[in-house]
Amino acid sequence: MRKSLLIVSLALGLSALALAQGGTILLNAAGATFPYPIYSKWFDVYHNAHPNVQINYQSIGSGGGIRQLLAGTVDFGASDGPMSDEQLSQAKFKILHFPTVLGAVVPTYNLAGVSGELNFTQKALAGIYLGTITKWNDPEIAKANSGVNLPNADIVVVHRSDGSGTTYIWTDFLGKVSEEWKKKVGNAATSVNWPVGLGGKGNEGVTGLVKQTPNAIGYIELIYAVQNNIPYGKVQNAAGNFVKADLAGVTAAATADAKNIPADFRVSITNPPGPKVYPISSFTWLLIPEQIQDVGKREAIKDFLKWMLTEGQKYNEGLSYSQLPKDVIARETQAISLIK
Amino acid sequence: MSATATTIVNEVPPQAGPRAFLRRLRGGDEIAHLITLIFAAGIILLTSMLVYELWVNSHLSRAKFGWMFFFTKVWDPNFDNFGAAPFIYGTLVTSAVALAIAVPLGLASAIFLSELAPRKVSDVISFLIDLLAAVPSVIYGLLGIFIVVPVMRTTIGPALINTVGNVPYIGALFRGPNYGVGFLTAGIVLAIMVVPFIISVSREVLLTVPREQREAAMALGATRWESTWKVVVPWARTGIMGSVFLALARALGETMAVTMVIGNAPTIAASLLSPGDTIASIIASQFTEATGDLYLSSLIELGLVLFLITFILNGLARILIVTTERGGGRPA
Repeated sequence: MRKSLLIVSLALGLSALALAQGGTILLNAAGATFPYPIYSKWFDVYHNAHPNVQINYQSIGSGGGIRQLLAGTVDFGASDGPMSDEQLSQAKFKILHFPTVLGAVVPTYNLAGVSGELNFTQKALAGIYLGTITKWNDPEIAKANSGVNLPNADIVVVHRSDGSGTTYIWTDFLGKVSEEWKKKVGNAATSVNWPVGLGGKGNEGVTGLVKQTPNAIGYIELIYAVQNNIPYGKVQNAAGNFVKADLAGVTAAATADAKNIPADFRVSITNPPGPKVYPISSFTWLLIPEQIQDVGKREAIKDFLKWMLTEGQKYNEGLSYSQLPKDVIARETQAISLIK
Repeated sequence: MSATATTIVNEVPPQAGPRAFLRRLRGGDEIAHLITLIFAAGIILLTSMLVYELWVNSHLSRAKFGWMFFFTKVWDPNFDNFGAAPFIYGTLVTSAVALAIAVPLGLASAIFLSELAPRKVSDVISFLIDLLAAVPSVIYGLLGIFIVVPVMRTTIGPALINTVGNVPYIGALFRGPNYGVGFLTAGIVLAIMVVPFIISVSREVLLTVPREQREAAMALGATRWESTWKVVVPWARTGIMGSVFLALARALGETMAVTMVIGNAPTIAASLLSPGDTIASIIASQFTEATGDLYLSSLIELGLVLFLITFILNGLARILIVTTERGGGRPA
């Protein structure tokens, strides 16, 4: 019994060794959950085209992805929010940010008797989430929705209870449009100390609470709203127009702001200028160490990034992610050469 | 948890004398003794390692907040200010509500199954109840969202506000806006989850009460109910309490189902209809995305606090059992 076990384990060990020598490159990665559907599609398609490269991605959340990258337990990470200066300074090695896809967040609500799309001014959204606007017939909401019979009912505010990239984008937007928000609640973050409201876990938790609770408002990912046919409102952009989020509008937002994107791609693109852009959107990033000792891994990562920026982008819209703007793709392609 | 589990085991006095010792040697009991000892020591080692890890990794948070961690009401990842008070409150309140509902329900069912129902019916029902205990908690959470929450919002909540809500003192428990999610809803869902434990364990314990006890009571002229309530239940008291504390341990640590129905707003409010949050639920919600070191450390310290609460409540349970045993009931 014991002997056979030994033989089996020896055989397993030898075959694993043989595989490794056969040139299979195994890349480990971990991080954001928001882009997980597109990442797993990419890694799968890329593996089929390059059978010797296998990328193993754990969608454990942006925070976990950053921690594992810093600890050196993964080859690269992924995050819905860019790493802060403080986090970068803690790292023992230099980390590069590569935007991969764009995501957007939309307001969804449950108001009996209101069937059309509501318009939300920037002040209205900030006021509702600060708890200063408490009734649906508040003048700030009513003035953008003439002709809609808004009830004199208390607004039930719903937010995410779990740390999430969706919350990061939402709070980034609210902080940009409201000084009071910035002062009271602070910077964009995956979790904040909400002044009001109930928490729902995940997009499905928020949607469930909003659907069930009369007079509720919540925010969810555009992808989730599109895939599940959940109605959502229009949001006022920096030019003053009310825009309904769609995949093209999100790419437009990033294009509009492309000139302002810094060299390290750590940028927030909420509320950019432009008449047609949807204002609540963001990149999501891959976090790649600048120096990779293992030649095989380094070349595999660089090749994957090139593939992701060209072939890979074609898969985005099928999964309801917006494509990267052309300028950003061009600049990222240049940045790949920084990896050494 | 293991501490409560051991309380329900009936001690069998060891057989003494030289013959017993000889048999022990022949049967290889010394080896069995050694193996079980190693495993038992393993459990203790595991627990101490758990506490050690929680203690070490919560260092940042303990150093910064000290004892104030227990009393601070704010949980603000953005300004690095963390306190456990609303979560401790939520954990205790939801568990108390759960036990208040589950104990009478579970005990009554166990008495019915062991004393009154025909043995075959009792066996079939107990089998089904044991199955209930194996249902994953996320399923209970979904049931909570789709069934309990709407009923709470449209029917039970308003009914409580309009009736009990007007009573002085107790009324404070049932006031304010009623969202359907909150302490009471979480408590009800927890009660549904823990009641199978109480029924299953209590029934087994009640069945171990010797038939002579019942017969003696009846012979003295007691009715069936009198013999059950005055003789059988007190005899099984230790075991029943063990089942209750097993249920409590589950309620304290429940994560998924609670997160789905409690509203996830760290508040301390007298009203049971108010949304709240518990220790287990916030750890589950925020651990994955916690980026700052202090943030992570505070979440780990919350884990330590939950361990402490479980430890204290288990200790109290043991004391309670010891004192009631001394007070009578089962003969020594």
